[in-house]
Amino acid sequence: MSTKSKSIESKTDFNQDERLKKVSNLKVLLNRPELGALGGAILVFIFFGIVAGDTGMFSAYGILNFLDVSANLGIIAIAAAMLMIGGEFDLSIGSMIGFAGICIAIPAIYWGWPLWMSIIFAFSMAVLVGYFNGILVVRTGLPSFIVTLAMLFILRGATLALTRLITGRTQVPGLRVLIENDPIAWIFATDSFKWVFTWLGSMNLIALRTDGSPLATGIPPSVIWFIALAILTTWILMKTRYGNWIFASGGDKNGANNVGVPVGRVKISLFIGTAVAATIFATIQVLDAGSADTMRGTLKELEAIAAAVVGGCLLTGGYGSAIGAAFGAIIFGTVSMGIFYTDVDTDWFKVFLGAMMLIAVIFNNYIRRKVTESK
Amino acid sequence: MSDYLVQFNNISKFFGKVIALKDVTMKLRKGEIMCLLGDNGAGKSTLIKTLAGVHKPDEGEIIFEGEKIVFDSPKDALDIGIATVYQDLALVPLMSVTRNFFMGREPLKGPPFLKTFDIEKANRIAAERMGQIGIDVRDPSQAVGTMSGGERQCLAISRAIYFGAKVLVLDEPTSALGVHQASVVLKYIVKAASQGLAVILITHNVHHAYPVGNSFTVLNRGKSLGTYEKKDISREKLLSMMAGGEELDKLEVELKEMNRVSS
Repeated sequence: MSTKSKSIESKTDFNQDERLKKVSNLKVLLNRPELGALGGAILVFIFFGIVAGDTGMFSAYGILNFLDVSANLGIIAIAAAMLMIGGEFDLSIGSMIGFAGICIAIPAIYWGWPLWMSIIFAFSMAVLVGYFNGILVVRTGLPSFIVTLAMLFILRGATLALTRLITGRTQVPGLRVLIENDPIAWIFATDSFKWVFTWLGSMNLIALRTDGSPLATGIPPSVIWFIALAILTTWILMKTRYGNWIFASGGDKNGANNVGVPVGRVKISLFIGTAVAATIFATIQVLDAGSADTMRGTLKELEAIAAAVVGGCLLTGGYGSAIGAAFGAIIFGTVSMGIFYTDVDTDWFKVFLGAMMLIAVIFNNYIRRKVTESK
Repeated sequence: MSDYLVQFNNISKFFGKVIALKDVTMKLRKGEIMCLLGDNGAGKSTLIKTLAGVHKPDEGEIIFEGEKIVFDSPKDALDIGIATVYQDLALVPLMSVTRNFFMGREPLKGPPFLKTFDIEKANRIAAERMGQIGIDVRDPSQAVGTMSGGERQCLAISRAIYFGAKVLVLDEPTSALGVHQASVVLKYIVKAASQGLAVILITHNVHHAYPVGNSFTVLNRGKSLGTYEKKDISREKLLSMMAGGEELDKLEVELKEMNRVSS
């Protein structure tokens, strides 16, 4: 009884404390890691709205186009962000994309496997690669930067060597015919909400082809995956025990260990996450293109990390957000496509990407100082 | 005598040829604060790790609530209620007070397989617990990095108590703190003891230890120089024992010599 009254008492104390500053919602928002990326995304849209508003960039077709690019990058950026919050890097994401691609294509084309089995095979390999990355980092205590850099070369090399060994070339075409009637492939290859676009087309609200079908046929699978992953990972980070463990593992792995967080298991699972995300990326692209290319995904790991950083992830771990990485990917995707609609030479995109990242890192650093400094 | 909550009898620990601890004995009752004093290299860290279950003692026994026990891992020690708060506090500055408080032991809600972190409950408990020790967390979702060193120390101790500590092992809780902050932490330690916890306070600062301790064990070069009740020993005596008495005497003589020569 006494403890109860005491707790109520202390609670009222807590509420009536004269030092209790009224924290406005705006201030709460300002402390969120994704704020910079959200602001950046809004600025980018305003910029292109002014510069390229009348060019077709913001037609249904144009929007889906830059959303598709953003979403593809976003899928791996979100996984990279989760891993970065957990305190590690994965530089093998790009190579994993190439590797996953041929893991689907070679069994399907050369060994006569059904497509769905090849896809499951690719995801199994991803889990293995991720597990291997994770166990190596956790067991050896080496920086993940080095371990996954090694994996970057190993996977890319193996992809090239194996593909040439089995097929005698570096590309494996002919997948498109296998998609139809496959029980799994549609998850990665079907446009959604086609009826909306058909309806919009019939109302003459969006551009049509000469045959009367709408130019934009539906929401690409990448966008659906992207949104689903963004929601799932944000929920994990904010609302689950595992999410708290991710922050703890990245923030202070010894401390986390001391209070009973299974840091090793958390990190391994996050490495599996990046490899699986790379495989989702690869599956969507391979099925869309109808062919696997051994060089697919080159340098994607760096774009993913850049998007995560723009999204507010600290390079030292323990801080960041999945939704921020999603906004980071939208910024890069929108600019990389939007630049075609402007008079600016597309060569300048990489300059923008680098500058954006630099600004983000400086901004993040400032935020981190603000968060960790005693007031 | 079974009125001791925990007894560490003749604990020895060897690392190869190095004798890190030899025949260290400590006994604690509920509500008692024992200060473990020792200079750097006296074996304090090894002893803490032995108490926390990180090291297994090579000789000696640990008796908890009248039963002999053996720790295979730090978790075993934690499970029976011996909680160690290390100097690094196991706090993540970038995470919120609540998320730190429940780190690794998050309260859950919801149906099986879809259990989520009950953040409202966690916020409430964290704010309540911190309020009880007089620390006003303006917002339990604020980052721990914004708290002062003393507040962080209190958070770590409060967390250990909330999760069922019966014996609290505190590693240098005041070493990085200013005078005021240190006194806040010491006050909290006394309060915790008065609620029935046994506290082992490890420090090299006699001035912090003497006012709060009930008994004092001095460690020197891996050996216990004995345990003394407060009434049996003075602050000065403790200080001189800790530094290995004669060493300070020697220093005094040398300094006198230097002064004589220079003047």
